Amino acid sequence: MSAKDVVLKDRRTPLKTARGLGSSQSGVGHWWTQRVTAAALVLLGVWFVVTVLWLLHVDYPTARAAVGRPWNALLLIAFVLTMFWHAVLGLQVVIEDYVHIRWKEVVLMVAIKFLAVLGALASVLAVLRIALTP
Amino acid sequence: MADTQRPLSPHLQIYKRQVQMMTSIVHRATGIALAVGSLLVVAGLMHLAAGEQSFNHFRAIIGSPIGMILMLGWTWAFFYHLCNGIRHLVQDAGAGYEIPQFIRSSWLSIAGSIVLTVLVWAYVLMAGGAA
Repeated sequence: MSAKDVVLKDRRTPLKTARGLGSSQSGVGHWWTQRVTAAALVLLGVWFVVTVLWLLHVDYPTARAAVGRPWNALLLIAFVLTMFWHAVLGLQVVIEDYVHIRWKEVVLMVAIKFLAVLGALASVLAVLRIALTP
Repeated sequence: MADTQRPLSPHLQIYKRQVQMMTSIVHRATGIALAVGSLLVVAGLMHLAAGEQSFNHFRAIIGSPIGMILMLGWTWAFFYHLCNGIRHLVQDAGAGYEIPQFIRSSWLSIAGSIVLTVLVWAYVLMAGGAA
């Protein structure tokens, strides 16, 4: 179909027809968010591993009190939210690359998003329960 | 698909194994493994919030032989994804794109992940198991 046909049929410019297609939607936003969450996770992830190594080797009251401390609670919530965000973005790329049947792609993606939101909320709730109850 | 006259990319079976190809595939694989492992983080926090008995139960599961093997796997997956992720961030910034640099940084990711995993597990074993 030539550009002339497009103009004659719906009286719109070819630019109007092309705009919003392909990677012109939210590809750059996805790419950037994946990198920014990755950079955040370099710091938060290392902090998390060191903290968990310590938490697993102390007794329960010490561990609970440590997680309830304001800075630890804050960083834990930041880590969990960033982790799930980054995981959804990464799994989305894998699904888009390998799942070529449209309905399976959509169902998988929605299921992953449901799980990630539920996981993130459950983690935040757990940290808040620890931080706000003595 | 069938009537295409364009040359096809070589199939994996006859493609020469290269380290930079493996690091790319393993980055995805460890990413998927870590996404599954994120559920363990949720479980750990929920057990910690639920009380002492619950948390000790969680620690016992992690400290069991199967739990330890899984934790070892997740430790390595984490450090590999971390090292190779930093490598990709550097490349996204436009650095290290010469083929020799690409190969060298691939090996650096692999070596770094192994060293960090060994360090963490040396600590875990010295501190008396995972629980």
